Amino acid sequence: MALFRRKLVDVVALLFASAATAFGLVWLIWILWTTAVQGAAALSPALFTQMTPPPGESGGLLNAFYGSGVMVLLALLIGTPLGIAAGTYLAEHGRHSKLAAAVGFINDILLSAPSIVIGLFIYELVVRPTGHFSGFAGALALAMVLLPIVVRTTAESLRLVPNTMREAAFALGIPRWRVTVRVLFKAALPGILTGVLLGLARIAGETAPLLFTALNNQFWSANVAEPLANIPVVIFQYAMSPYDQWHALAWAGALVLTAFVLFLNLVVRVLARGAKR
Amino acid sequence: MTAPLTAAPRNGAGGDRAFASITAGAAWFVLILLGAAAASMAWGGRLAFETFGWGFITSRDWDPVAGRFGALVPIYGTIVTSLLALVIAVPVSIGIALFLTDIAPRWLRGPIGMAIELLAAIPSIIYGMWGLFVFAPFMAAHVEPWLSDHLGTAPLIGAMFVGPPIGIGLLTASIVLGIMIIPFIATVSRDVFSAVPPQLKEAAVALGSTRWEILSRVTLPYTRSAIVGAMFLGLGRALGETMAVTFVLGNAHDLSLSLLMPSNSIAAAIANEFTEADTELYRSSLIALAFLLFVVTFIVLTIARLMLMRIGRNQGRTH
Repeated sequence: MALFRRKLVDVVALLFASAATAFGLVWLIWILWTTAVQGAAALSPALFTQMTPPPGESGGLLNAFYGSGVMVLLALLIGTPLGIAAGTYLAEHGRHSKLAAAVGFINDILLSAPSIVIGLFIYELVVRPTGHFSGFAGALALAMVLLPIVVRTTAESLRLVPNTMREAAFALGIPRWRVTVRVLFKAALPGILTGVLLGLARIAGETAPLLFTALNNQFWSANVAEPLANIPVVIFQYAMSPYDQWHALAWAGALVLTAFVLFLNLVVRVLARGAKR
Repeated sequence: MTAPLTAAPRNGAGGDRAFASITAGAAWFVLILLGAAAASMAWGGRLAFETFGWGFITSRDWDPVAGRFGALVPIYGTIVTSLLALVIAVPVSIGIALFLTDIAPRWLRGPIGMAIELLAAIPSIIYGMWGLFVFAPFMAAHVEPWLSDHLGTAPLIGAMFVGPPIGIGLLTASIVLGIMIIPFIATVSRDVFSAVPPQLKEAAVALGSTRWEILSRVTLPYTRSAIVGAMFLGLGRALGETMAVTFVLGNAHDLSLSLLMPSNSIAAAIANEFTEADTELYRSSLIALAFLLFVVTFIVLTIARLMLMRIGRNQGRTH
């Protein structure tokens, strides 16, 4: 009897584990399916050629795509060099130092810090002193979300570079900084690139940090000193609105955004897998 | 590098010093950023803290017109939804981790693991939209009527399941949050499960253990601190999650025991109200909320890191 009971418990546990996995996958499929169906119904060339419309009129998301693109690019330009430099300190120049340990720890916490707080921080830092919302403030907020991701992956990829490579380069009498830049960065490049791409995927969909920084702009604007339209905030406002036309546009934006983010994630994972083999 | 630098190229030492200070400066910058964020929230919220004192977190009176701000409702909503999300996500995540390390055929582990990780890649705004347009109506039509019919009259827990089935509320938000944190807890659990020394498991097998007994008596005790760390990591994520919750929680400043009622959370209150905050005190109250959220998530995430560091194996993840 005891054996029977133990086996029964075992079977129940295994069934539960399989059901849990199915439970996890169901949501993924449900969410992606909904986004694909609703978004595909609203896709049209106008999406990429027209501006966000007032309620009741037809239009597209061109200004929002443009604004998102500008802010994400700016964030990459600001966050990537800083992140690579800090990550290099953690893994190379500051290795074993107390500062590096503390920064590594804090960085891991920043990685999961609530992004809405980052938005408010940039609001206090940039928007309030300058007196108006701006695309530049949005880019700064996104850069702050991106930074810890790049720091982490840079440090990790550098740590994976075998020590023999450093020793060989030092033995040639090359100064340390050139070893880092010419040898180690080259070896760690795929890892660093992976981090930047994952960071790009993350900030492309970030909404909370943009609410109080870039805000939104119904019209075409190429000026980063002004409020800038962007995909996540447009999705948020349109989805929360009572207009069917805006809902459709929000779904179309959601589909494009999700496809972009998932594509980046899949590319990164396939690349990482290929590099391991 | 204390070796004489005579053999180094001309720009060696100077370049080294410059490079070291640039990278160290960037590292300091990360530290300063966190400190500055905390300080600026404390500074921005000082007006609210000075005006209301402890009443800010014990009062449920949130009245922008009268200028009275007590944050009990958003604090309560944040805690309830996050804890309930954990209750949902933890058993599921451990089940997934067990499935991925011990049950699934080898060729299936990679793809399924990747699919679970993709749950974390979907932007939270998409969760929110799906929650508002698809999941909330589903809850309203199929789940909540059943809950209030069957559990609403039960003693003790009955009060948690009364109310109109409108789909939007604490329960729906908790479930959406639960789904969102599953990938974080599941992938960490999977990684530590597969790091359990095989000798331990083999010894248990040799004693005739079933797979459940290996999990409950070898794997879980061995990985306990990391699993707790993963739970805190999920909790930290859930506490600060903004967009998804904003869509499905309902932005109501009423305190209610029922999980079917709309409520509010710290992050959702900030997202909904900050751009409309027209007085200095209103804005300061929202920033004070952000400060509280920041401090609490910082503590929770610190615990998570410390627990995860104990197992000494946590590389290769960006989250």
